[in-house]
Amino acid sequence: MEYRLRTPLTEEDVRKLNVGDVVYLDGIVYTGRDEVHIHALEGLKEGRTPPVDFNGSVLFHCGPVMQKNERGEWEVVAAGPTTSSRMNSLEPEFIEKFHVRAIIGKGGMSQPTVDAMKEYGAVYLSLTGGAAALAARGLKKVRGVEWFEFGMPEAIWIIEAENFGPLLVGIDAKGNSIYSEVERSVEKKAFEIKREMGID
Amino acid sequence: MDMKIIEETVFRLLADASTGVPPDVKKALTEAYENADSDMAKMNLKAILENIDIAMGERRPLCQDTGVHIFFVRGNLKLLDSISDFEETIKSALERATKEVPLRPNAVHPITRKNPGNNIGVGLPHINYIPTDDPWLEITVFPKGAGSENMSFMSMLTPSQGLKGIKNFVLDCVIRSGGKPCTPTVVGVGIGGTSDIAMHIAKESLLRPIGDRHPDEQIAELEDELLKAINQLGIGPMGMGGSPTALDVHVEYAYCHTASLPVAVNTQCWTGRRATARISDSGEVKYLDLWRRD
Repeated sequence: MEYRLRTPLTEEDVRKLNVGDVVYLDGIVYTGRDEVHIHALEGLKEGRTPPVDFNGSVLFHCGPVMQKNERGEWEVVAAGPTTSSRMNSLEPEFIEKFHVRAIIGKGGMSQPTVDAMKEYGAVYLSLTGGAAALAARGLKKVRGVEWFEFGMPEAIWIIEAENFGPLLVGIDAKGNSIYSEVERSVEKKAFEIKREMGID
Repeated sequence: MDMKIIEETVFRLLADASTGVPPDVKKALTEAYENADSDMAKMNLKAILENIDIAMGERRPLCQDTGVHIFFVRGNLKLLDSISDFEETIKSALERATKEVPLRPNAVHPITRKNPGNNIGVGLPHINYIPTDDPWLEITVFPKGAGSENMSFMSMLTPSQGLKGIKNFVLDCVIRSGGKPCTPTVVGVGIGGTSDIAMHIAKESLLRPIGDRHPDEQIAELEDELLKAINQLGIGPMGMGGSPTALDVHVEYAYCHTASLPVAVNTQCWTGRRATARISDSGEVKYLDLWRRD
């Protein structure tokens, strides 16, 4: 199935999606990777809320290349997904506390995140890694930037997306993950291959 | 050698390596797309090919992770009047490329994580020198992204583990990496040397063009055998299943201590980013597509 969704996303929007579905997004997406996860969660413990409202949001695991144009406005130069597994240990809590509805990334995430997505209603959308010039076409306007002091890749960029995709549902809100399926089948296959090679 | 020429050449190499793929990589990815065996693989490879066309057409970075910068300088180092002037020139070209291409400022302090914003810091860019008697200097830019570099592995095997142990180790590294290094990748394997040499030759092997085979027949066979096995695993483009998982496997070796068997795996993402130029002693610049084996 193919869907076109507008942010902020509702629980209903994401609960209906299945792994293998294709999604195109319109509306605001926030970038956030290692430092955003660390500081948003640390801040919460000390009673501080992050500078953007993640409720119903789309969190893009991305450290973009941005450039200021002649009018002094930021523009997206290249913005593909980063390796999501770096955020494995922090993502379940991030989903629980901030009610993120979709995460865009590459490479998939581990079981605790799959479980959190099922429990709180969120999905993982895969974008082709390294295809950053193509991705930039769906990211029309930079609305702002927060936490720029962490550096260009680690800041929260507030970006307006239009027909952003195709995004493949890699983990749905029903406990299914393409990545776990592939891992299981690779493990089985590796056993056979090693036996054939005489190295098991 | 005129530092102005070196600065211009290094700037162009940085731009070329970040905004395009070498012809052998484009060919391999196109073939991978044509032979893709699943919808997921086909969709990811289609995005990869479209992305290459956009990036090359608009001179825009292929990937937002424009890497940290590793240089290989091969040739007659006597053509350089001063190594410190040369290194300052490389840094100034990198600083300019960071602003103008633009490249993402990736270099940070390893503990404070402070980002100076210009891709320059202690130890970066890293410049390798390979002195030869050739009447020229070849400069290779090798931007290395973190997705693939984070999937680096090395192990000190025991000599009794032998070739079987090497094959097992390489396959396990590829399995552990899954789609994280942006498959389909080029897998570089370094066998022998000391721990640092094994990783160094694994990394250097990634500069060889796709399809290139090691002149030592036994090593060439190992490259073929590992490539075939890796592509039967079914990890596929972006770890979403199918094939290919690797575009090629390159193996390099060095003699090692009789009590050691170091093995290292270093991977390059599908972009296969690299660019080389040869500057002759008269200052003539020629841009080369391929890394030359001595």
